[in-house]
Amino acid sequence: MDGVELLVGTVVLALGTFAFRFAGPVLRSRVKLSPKAERLMALAAIVLLAALVAVSALTDGHSFAGVARPAGVLVGGVLAWRKAPFVAIVVAAAATAALLRLAGVP
Amino acid sequence: MRSIWRTLDRALARDIGLVCLADCLVGVSYGAIAVSSGFPVWAPMLMSLLVFAGASQFMFVGIVAAGGNPFAAVLAGLLVNARHLPFGFALGDVFGKRWAARIAGSHLMIDESVAFALAQKDAHRRRAAYWACGIGLFVCWNVGVLVGAYAGTAISDTDAFGLDAAFPAVLLALVLPALKDRAARLPVLVGVVVALVATPFMPAGLPVLLALAGVLVGVAVKEPELQEVA
Repeated sequence: MDGVELLVGTVVLALGTFAFRFAGPVLRSRVKLSPKAERLMALAAIVLLAALVAVSALTDGHSFAGVARPAGVLVGGVLAWRKAPFVAIVVAAAATAALLRLAGVP
Repeated sequence: MRSIWRTLDRALARDIGLVCLADCLVGVSYGAIAVSSGFPVWAPMLMSLLVFAGASQFMFVGIVAAGGNPFAAVLAGLLVNARHLPFGFALGDVFGKRWAARIAGSHLMIDESVAFALAQKDAHRRRAAYWACGIGLFVCWNVGVLVGAYAGTAISDTDAFGLDAAFPAVLLALVLPALKDRAARLPVLVGVVVALVATPFMPAGLPVLLALAGVLVGVAVKEPELQEVA
């Protein structure tokens, strides 16, 4: 593995990622958004996060994630829906997936 | 800065602490996987400090370790990280006016800090949650990667602990209350379906971006209702 290539790759990925992160706050400070536009921005972030939940819960690479992980997230989701404490939601999701795997479920 | 810690109540601090702990363990596995696939010890550590975005870092290491071109790995990582652009637009009021705070705050922008911020009701708590989660995760992630890079394969398979289910569960718990707003339901549903349908065919990162189509559908269909919801 070439050290210089790794270093350059890391720096380019870091700069590009920072540009994505920085663009929003900078552009927003220059234009006054209407309340409606602000709500749309917030909605866009919620939609992105929800899509991230679905993709990371159900898929791995380009295929289905198996049973244990979606089952764990489902348990967490039901607890969240029943307004369980955050810690219980996260621990139950992880424990469900871990126990299913321990039992041999993929 | 001191007012941030005063605004954080104990429950919120505990929730953020739990996520930090889980991410620290994932960081240990990232450091261990990178070094055991042949990366020099400094590489995962430097990347965690400068890039600070777990999914893209795993992707970079995976592609290069499989013999791929580092340039292709950078492009794949950038595609995964492009969602930070719309995140930044959504987070308007958490950064403040000072340039130093904007720069530091931007670097701390990751899924969890964005989700924790958006789940808060008022601007003051949003700011406190964002900074606490961002700083906490930055420290824990980098400490985890450092430990993993040196200590090796103690935790290389975080799936055994179910941590791969914990990450979506964290975001789900934070996003779910937003669905009480009826105007958000159709856009979220369309976005989720689009992302899932696109995942088998498209490079990682793109399906999640395509979910933004849900926002367009929401605007087209529910315009009057959207305006009603304050």
